[in-house]
Amino acid sequence: MEPAALARSLRLPRQPMVRHLLCALAAGAVLYVLTARLNQYNDYQVGEIAAYVVALVGLSLLTGANGQISLGHGAFMAVGAYTMALLMNHTQTNFILELAAATGVAAAAGLVLGLPATRLKGPYLAGMTLLFALAVPSVADKWPNTFGGDQGLTTTVPTAPGSLSPEEWLAQIQIIGALVVMVLVANLLWSRYGRAFRAVRDDEIAASLAGVHVARIKVMAFAISAGCAGLGGALLSLSTGIVNTGEFPLTLSIQLLAAMVLGGTGTLIGMVWGGILLVYMPQWSTSLSSDFNLGTGANAYLATIIFGLVLIVAMIAAPNGIQGGLRWLWAHRPHPGRGGSDAAAPIPISTGK
Amino acid sequence: MSLFLDYSLNGIANGMIYATLALALVLVYRATKIINFAQGAAGMLTTFIAFSLLSRGVGYWWAFVLVLVIGFAIGAATERILIRPLHGRSELNPVIVTIGLLVVFEGLAGAIYGNASRGFPAAFSQSGLRVGSTTIAFSHFDVFILVAVLILMAGTLVLFRYTAIGLRMRASAFSREIARLLGVRVGILLSLGWGLAGIAGSLAGLLVAPTRSFGPYYMDLILVYGFTAAVIGGLESPVGALLGGLIAGLCISYVGGYLGSGLEPLGALALLMVALMARPEGIFARPAARRV
Repeated sequence: MEPAALARSLRLPRQPMVRHLLCALAAGAVLYVLTARLNQYNDYQVGEIAAYVVALVGLSLLTGANGQISLGHGAFMAVGAYTMALLMNHTQTNFILELAAATGVAAAAGLVLGLPATRLKGPYLAGMTLLFALAVPSVADKWPNTFGGDQGLTTTVPTAPGSLSPEEWLAQIQIIGALVVMVLVANLLWSRYGRAFRAVRDDEIAASLAGVHVARIKVMAFAISAGCAGLGGALLSLSTGIVNTGEFPLTLSIQLLAAMVLGGTGTLIGMVWGGILLVYMPQWSTSLSSDFNLGTGANAYLATIIFGLVLIVAMIAAPNGIQGGLRWLWAHRPHPGRGGSDAAAPIPISTGK
Repeated sequence: MSLFLDYSLNGIANGMIYATLALALVLVYRATKIINFAQGAAGMLTTFIAFSLLSRGVGYWWAFVLVLVIGFAIGAATERILIRPLHGRSELNPVIVTIGLLVVFEGLAGAIYGNASRGFPAAFSQSGLRVGSTTIAFSHFDVFILVAVLILMAGTLVLFRYTAIGLRMRASAFSREIARLLGVRVGILLSLGWGLAGIAGSLAGLLVAPTRSFGPYYMDLILVYGFTAAVIGGLESPVGALLGGLIAGLCISYVGGYLGSGLEPLGALALLMVALMARPEGIFARPAARRV
């Protein structure tokens, strides 16, 4: 359920900051118990989901709140992952600082790429970020001595405290990362910056008449979003233990977009559905293709085809995604009285003119 | 100096291919104000169809023509089935749908033909022409590329400038409602625009395939280079697409030649960013007031 609606029904504190923190602490406690109960493989997958959620939250902020689109978030994840891996291999930096650096460098890349974006409408930005998604892996391949070529760079997780298994500890790091990012982004969206993001999305000219610096807001949204992707990439590369160009192909960027749309563009909780889809879709499609006796060659592409088809159908038939559907159900639940119009209205990207 | 000449000739040959894809993007953009990100992948898919036909013993030119027709059909069907229901919604929706289509096309090609890179036959010799005693980096096949693309460009220009259908297409691109009130059957013309773009995309696929390693993803870079060319040219004009293609082809060829081919996409990105910051409406577009 969506935090604001849930908060109303549970009579949580009115201050967004306090409420978001309480929700995050509750979710953290539940997930802590969960990781302790799950086996190592499931811990590993929960951690992967959390890492994807970090990147997806950034994308959701960009597209849902600010109306910009990126086909290059997989490449920003690569920037973050390489930054962290380079620091791990060449310096003795604190782990938290390494994650912060991954976020910062990706945000800086987003800042540069976002500069022309201030004057661009959707399709231009989509094309530019698509080119970025193709350029980053080829740059990494260009200097194999620095970036490790096909072998890539290794990443190491800090040693687990006490009796925790490495998988459990890794999952907890990634979950904490996801919760911190979600609280920060939720607060940002409640702040005047969040309102400025939405104002620019809905009508740039009206927003600038109301005193919003449109160009600055768009670049800011792009940089923050890219930073989230960078942190997500760094956290994800802890799971794989390796950073190479094969990890971040163009298809990753497109799958992130698909996961965001299916989860519910503009929502934060919906990104959890998106992360779950990203982690489990390959497994589902593998079992599907073995059910239908497709060859191993076709198997690798089935997930891709399903992602594409679902993306097209969702965009035409259900542009609000899973979380949008859940909100609709919540708004139309049988009890009259509370809820209704104020609980409805997810942020659909199908608005506009 | 001869190295510079080689890079320039290579850039012109590649630039013509980028121009073809740019033309496809321009045709779609003129008709529906949408960038079709699946344009390159559709060309890839039809080229795989040509590959199947050729391996079954169909003659090259029969396959060539047939594949252009299939490209037309795919383009027109895409507009009719997937794009028209989105009319009037946010401009992000068609972007996402065409991206979904890109993924589906690449997935289909990968599932059917596998990931391995193959060789695709060229219509003419790919060894360099001889001028006097030296061999230059421009082959018979490059001459064929040049001629084919110029014919396509000329055909498009004639269609738009001198035929009744072209006039109606321009009218429906200018304003759907007004054109419809004047009795123009707008829907068919939008499909026609997408179909013509499908022909250009398929042609680009056929022309690129012999020059690169031919697999499901070989059109990805061509698509973004074509996009760069189309943006430089202004997204609305076929002549702009041609000149934009040449500019992009030369710049990317110099970057690849002097700095290494791994930096070509980054060079294209820099070119695109410069073009967008300097003249977002394109070098060859007439200045137009943005609608509020």
